[in-house]
Amino acid sequence: MIEEYDQLPKKPRPEPSAENQPYWDGLLKHRLLVQCCLNCQKLRHYPRPMCDACYSMDFTWQEINGHGTIHSWTVSHHPFHHGFKHEVPYVTVTADLEAGVRLQAPLLGHGEATLTLGLAVVVAYINIDATLTLPCLNVVP
Amino acid sequence: MFNLRDKAAVTGVGETIYARESEQSQLALTLGASLRAIVDAGLDPKEIDGVIPYSGGGIVAEDFITNFGLHDLRYSAQTPMGGASPVAALQSAAMAVATGVANHVLVALGRGSISGGRITSRLAQMPQMRLVAEFEMPIGTNAPAQFYAHMARRHMELYGTTSEQFGEVAITCRQNAKLNERAMMRKPMTLEDHQNSRMIAEPFRLFDCSLESAGAAAVVVSSPERARDLAHPPILISGVAEGHPESPSAITQRPDLTRMGIARAAPIAFAMADVTHADIDVAEIYDCFTYIVLCQLEDLGFCAKGEGGEFIADGRIRLDGELPINTHGGLLSEAHIAGMNHIVELVRQLRGDCGERQVKGAETGLVTGFGDLGDGSIAIMHR
Repeated sequence: MIEEYDQLPKKPRPEPSAENQPYWDGLLKHRLLVQCCLNCQKLRHYPRPMCDACYSMDFTWQEINGHGTIHSWTVSHHPFHHGFKHEVPYVTVTADLEAGVRLQAPLLGHGEATLTLGLAVVVAYINIDATLTLPCLNVVP
Repeated sequence: MFNLRDKAAVTGVGETIYARESEQSQLALTLGASLRAIVDAGLDPKEIDGVIPYSGGGIVAEDFITNFGLHDLRYSAQTPMGGASPVAALQSAAMAVATGVANHVLVALGRGSISGGRITSRLAQMPQMRLVAEFEMPIGTNAPAQFYAHMARRHMELYGTTSEQFGEVAITCRQNAKLNERAMMRKPMTLEDHQNSRMIAEPFRLFDCSLESAGAAAVVVSSPERARDLAHPPILISGVAEGHPESPSAITQRPDLTRMGIARAAPIAFAMADVTHADIDVAEIYDCFTYIVLCQLEDLGFCAKGEGGEFIADGRIRLDGELPINTHGGLLSEAHIAGMNHIVELVRQLRGDCGERQVKGAETGLVTGFGDLGDGSIAIMHR
């Protein structure tokens, strides 16, 4: 997996701020972490310093379960970034996770399933290298 | 209550030629269009005392002082909202002239030649794309066609909107472009051509996507008092507003993917102008993608959410229809000048200067902008 990745043109990599690093560290351990406001317990994603419900800047990272449903999707046929030119066409899904936040990720396994709103999906993980793991989604069989 | 109704007028418009590439720099193009707009207004460049350069691409107010030898620039601003910037700039320009801060504000936008990775590399550096760059670009969401595809797909699934309906927007723009010698794409387009064009990011086909262009456009906004003595009858700005969507930095996290910032701006602009939708004779709707036009027609209130596909059927948005749109051909067929060309076209329509593509008796019209991850802007004007 790692060797194969190295042979492809470079894909963009996340450049996390120190504030967002725990999310990426979680993925390395195959855990999906999102911010949880310590004052009002609202979950939020993508990460940001302040809770928009109560303005508290105190938060913790909470692991959420990876189950969700398809909110929308696209199939990319044109590689806008050269790093993806060997992968088109590929499916990218916006998923409503059960925790109440959304995740956008490539849909890897969908077999014969016809994509539709509400289709059940679950998060999996793609280990890119020692410092980067990306989330992906699979259709729940 | 104070508002901006009829407190500012567009007095001059100017454009360069539009092409896929240009030997001129972005700055040279911008200055060329600016000079034409100033001359069109009947002004000398030295009379410009306000300037709003486009925020995308590094042109700054100082460039206008240096090149036009301005000696009394009193107002400068930027409205960094992507394709919503030019119309949002009209609001800022109107505020400046309505309050007496400036007399004549130049709003200018230029785009230089295309380079291979222009879109993705430039987007990744933009502060408003910070979250997209971190969370979405690494998984293969790298360009606007892909960002907005999720919005369009959801709309299709919820409301039964079809690719053929997107095609109607593309065909309408192309038909109008045939009557506009400035337009880059004037070859006839049929629905079959649209449906056969290659897939880019589903549901967007090539002919759902706007052009890549080099060129520039500019307008001069003046106070109505100053406008009275200039070269053309003033085109008054009667309603103007900008609006931002929920979750403006991440479409993925937006509660309603099918509602954009302009849904918040439109009621403000219509109320300010004191007009109804039936009063709009012509509409220049930002068209980076066909779906974005359809969605804006809903968000503007021309029809209910979900009814855009049916609304545009039966020729309603064609040149001889009830609501002619994008009479110049839009970003889809004239050129992608980030919507500054839409403002220029609306002013020309309201002046009655559009020849074969003139909407008969056009007195009141609107122009919209859409940009970044859903920002919106709207201006209603009348002659």
